[in-house]
Amino acid sequence: MKKNDFYLIGGIILFVFIGFLFMIIFRTEGSQVLITIDGKEHKTFNLNEDTRYEILHDGERNVLEIKDGYVRMIEASCPDKLCVKHRGIHYDNESITCLPNRVVLRVIGGEESDLDAIAN
Amino acid sequence: MKSKKIALYGLFIALAFIFSYIESLFPIPFPVPGIKLGLANLVIIIAIYGIGVKEAFVLSMVRILLVGFTFRDPSTLIFSFAGGVLSWLTMVIFKKLKLFSMVGVSIIGGIAHNVGQIIVAIIYVSNTSLIYYLPFLMIAGVVSGTLIGILGALILQRLGKIRL
Repeated sequence: MKKNDFYLIGGIILFVFIGFLFMIIFRTEGSQVLITIDGKEHKTFNLNEDTRYEILHDGERNVLEIKDGYVRMIEASCPDKLCVKHRGIHYDNESITCLPNRVVLRVIGGEESDLDAIAN
Repeated sequence: MKSKKIALYGLFIALAFIFSYIESLFPIPFPVPGIKLGLANLVIIIAIYGIGVKEAFVLSMVRILLVGFTFRDPSTLIFSFAGGVLSWLTMVIFKKLKLFSMVGVSIIGGIAHNVGQIIVAIIYVSNTSLIYYLPFLMIAGVVSGTLIGILGALILQRLGKIRL
């Protein structure tokens, strides 16, 4: 291994660490979840109302659940089930993606934007 | 094509194929799309250093095609191709630049593989927030890239330069 390899590893770890730090500092709680299918907006739900919703399209099926302000995918017809394993989300801009079914759940509508938070 | 070359291609493709199979037996516990051990990258990087860049490209593409139709859903082929091409390209460039040893090149290749997949995924679902997965993918790339780089260097040492 060359010295440069260690610089590379160190640089990437530092970059990722700073990235995480920024994400944690500037994250705001979201108020709604937006469902998109194939990139098109499908429906939005408020995060403060507990509910279950079935997304059906092109013979594929996803079920999302909103509970205690968190949204998660509880069922999916896709083969890998990555979206079902994903933890619940509730911060602004967090998302759960079911790539095979092209369904994305994304938290939107934070109380204030990142820029406002800096200005304050 | 010389018969030695044909045999070598067959051997390397079989190895990459087996590695992909082994990898498919271990589900990764992180729910991040595109995250992988990248065991097959070991074969590709050895091919880049030991045989040649063109040969490595052919190997990588054949492997993706085979794996796509056997262990994975063929609809995920586009992600694999994007990852494979970007990974090969960056590894070749950084090998030429001689900035890093095989470990550094392998790390860059691993990350590029994940980045390529994420880019296609962002286009595919038109959701830019997938970019938030990038830090996870980079960490995974560093860990697996380091291991594969060290392993690859050891293997190459023992193989010596494969002459075609």
